[in-house]
Amino acid sequence: MDFTFNEEQSLIQDQVDQFVQKEYDWETRQALSNSDLGFGEDNWKKFADLGWLGICVSEDSGGFGGSSIESMLIMEAFGKGLVVEPFLETVIMSGGLIDDHGSDEQKSSVLEPAISGEMHLALAYAEPQSRFNLSDVVTEAKSDGDSFILNGYKSVVMNGPSADKIIISARTSGAQLDESGISLFIVDANSDGLNKTNYKTVDGRRASDLTLENVSVSKSSLIGDQDKGFAILDSAIDKAILAISAEAVGAMEVLYKTTVEYTKTREQFGTAIGKFQVLQHRMVDMFMEYEQCKSLLYMATMKHEEGAEDAKKAISGLKYQVGKAGKFIGQQAVQLHGGMGVTDELNVGHYFKRLTTVGTIFGNTDYHLKKYTSL
Amino acid sequence: MDLKFSEADVTFRQEVVSFLETEYPEDIKEKQDKRIPLEKEEIVRWQKILNQKGWFAINWPTEYTNQDELSVTQKYILQEELAKANTPTTIPFGMGMCAPVIYTFGTEEQKQKFLPSILNSDVWWCQGYSEPGSGSDLASLKTKAELKGDKYIVNGTKTWTTLAQHADWIFCLVRTETTPIKQEGISFLLIDMNTPGIEVKPIITIDGSHEVNMVYFDNVEVPAENLVGEEGQGWNIAKFLLAHERSGIAGIAALKRELKRLKELSADIPLGESNLLNDTQFRNKIEETEIELTATEFTELRTLAAMSQGGSPGAESSILKIKGTELQQTISELFVEMLAYYAHPFYLENEIGSNETVGPDYAAPVMPHYLNYRKVSIYGGSNEIQRNVISKAILGL
Repeated sequence: MDFTFNEEQSLIQDQVDQFVQKEYDWETRQALSNSDLGFGEDNWKKFADLGWLGICVSEDSGGFGGSSIESMLIMEAFGKGLVVEPFLETVIMSGGLIDDHGSDEQKSSVLEPAISGEMHLALAYAEPQSRFNLSDVVTEAKSDGDSFILNGYKSVVMNGPSADKIIISARTSGAQLDESGISLFIVDANSDGLNKTNYKTVDGRRASDLTLENVSVSKSSLIGDQDKGFAILDSAIDKAILAISAEAVGAMEVLYKTTVEYTKTREQFGTAIGKFQVLQHRMVDMFMEYEQCKSLLYMATMKHEEGAEDAKKAISGLKYQVGKAGKFIGQQAVQLHGGMGVTDELNVGHYFKRLTTVGTIFGNTDYHLKKYTSL
Repeated sequence: MDLKFSEADVTFRQEVVSFLETEYPEDIKEKQDKRIPLEKEEIVRWQKILNQKGWFAINWPTEYTNQDELSVTQKYILQEELAKANTPTTIPFGMGMCAPVIYTFGTEEQKQKFLPSILNSDVWWCQGYSEPGSGSDLASLKTKAELKGDKYIVNGTKTWTTLAQHADWIFCLVRTETTPIKQEGISFLLIDMNTPGIEVKPIITIDGSHEVNMVYFDNVEVPAENLVGEEGQGWNIAKFLLAHERSGIAGIAALKRELKRLKELSADIPLGESNLLNDTQFRNKIEETEIELTATEFTELRTLAAMSQGGSPGAESSILKIKGTELQQTISELFVEMLAYYAHPFYLENEIGSNETVGPDYAAPVMPHYLNYRKVSIYGGSNEIQRNVISKAILGL
């Protein structure tokens, strides 16, 4: 048993922590989130220059060959600053998927520019009827000579507005709920017939709904084998769950600590409200929930890293706990801040909002509890 | 013990239903059903319609309304049908809060000056209680009113003032004297919002809406005749009002409507080959909520029954405040859960109801509502404070 990080890992952790502390204060974050783009282009360039975008990409694909431990450390630090740059969407979800399953051509034309910060990516896996089920796919792709023709609808595609290329799951055979018969395509965001409706999300980030009307893509845009996309997508989402859980753990840490500090200084009835036992116990519970999340995060990340048989079960257990703890910590942080907690001005409400969306993204507590039971 | 309504009550219910069929304006109904926030004019118009029928200020003594007194059961039926039809919530600050203070503690002149315009919704009131340093510990308030000649000079800051941006008048708790026991130096003062020296600044909340405000008072001159009751009586008036504020705070009828809506909508959310309402986990949560809601409804009915026999709502109203707000939050949370990803697209008030939104047509207001409703366990005496009240007043701890 060893829960310490190696030298390189500690280095990257310090580096990202420093960035968040020194260059990502709350006003900066809000300005970026409220800008048209929704994040900082300069920051993205900096991430590329510092090598962060390629840190988890294998050396074969032009990255630094880091593991999901590195991605965990980066995401946890990002969570502390509520960083809005789409690292999860471009690097972990889409980049990781191409790194693991893409062709050489796909790696050089998509992954490399993504690592160097020149291209943004998104993964379009959800549909209006699918909820969290990755195999519930109605969007279809029909083979047509050297091309596939895509028709359908994809919902709430995170980082959709900025994405130059979008990985889209579509049905090439089978029935609506079949795992078999799903294929993944890299689609140019400017393709004829692809229409994006862009919007802001409640956590201050950006997403799109996509309509696909006879969108033609070449056969070379297929990732992996035809009809075998589900397993690829599923493993990409597993990695994404680990990453977003790390982000949530970072956000939870800030929230419980901010709340503790606030109750030490806020006085009512002639005393700091942190002196009231009912609030003390509440904050102890917030703290414990955070610690439990962190424990499951480390456990699941390590199991995933070593390819343990029960890694998927561990990941569902983690996501369940993140949803439950995130809701509790978020709601109580607001409650203990009183009226201030519901203001747009204070950062607390924004951490709460991100924990709320994280609780849903890639499956809520109900979904993962059920999945945990079935594995 | 009898759960049945009398024949007269059944007839009354029919009267309410047919009133709503003919008198509830179509344009307001459409906005309400789409959960689009209403304009002040629309709320006022609806309140006037209710008042014409004698169904607005139903808790006022009839000498001030010249309307027929409704029985406790009729009031219950009326509120239930109004909520079932999803009519606008009436604004409580004038009719439900300031008026009871005026007709209970005010002078004859004050009654004549203020009550008719409240009854007719011609004057919009807001509440000046909380201050930046005085939330749960309301009695520590610092806004000062100094009597100089026939005027009070008011200085200080009020916060969380709901709808102050629309208000013509504000009723305030102010400090008229520094006393060893802080409650004893507080007075209840009525202030015209148009008086020089008053500034209203919006507070934007996490749902992106502008509902609450800061209100600043800088040497605001208030005629001494606007004091309600005696100097130093403000705290007792506030306590009277808090009990008033809490009765009906559970909002049972609206909760029943929302839970029913949740069931109907979730039955239309596909889940594999079935639907979300058929999902055991989701359904269990709905049913647990329904049981809790029924219990709260009957706790309220028992309180109402006691009141109708001359009791007054005491610490029992704290139970209703806690349970009612917890239910409001739980149900708003279940709506978010129901929508899954489509709870995330975020639109401002003025965009809700436009054709720009994605997802189901009812989706856009769901997340803002959930976020906004985090306030309900904080305002009107936080739920922690309510538990203190129960433990002290009922359990004797």
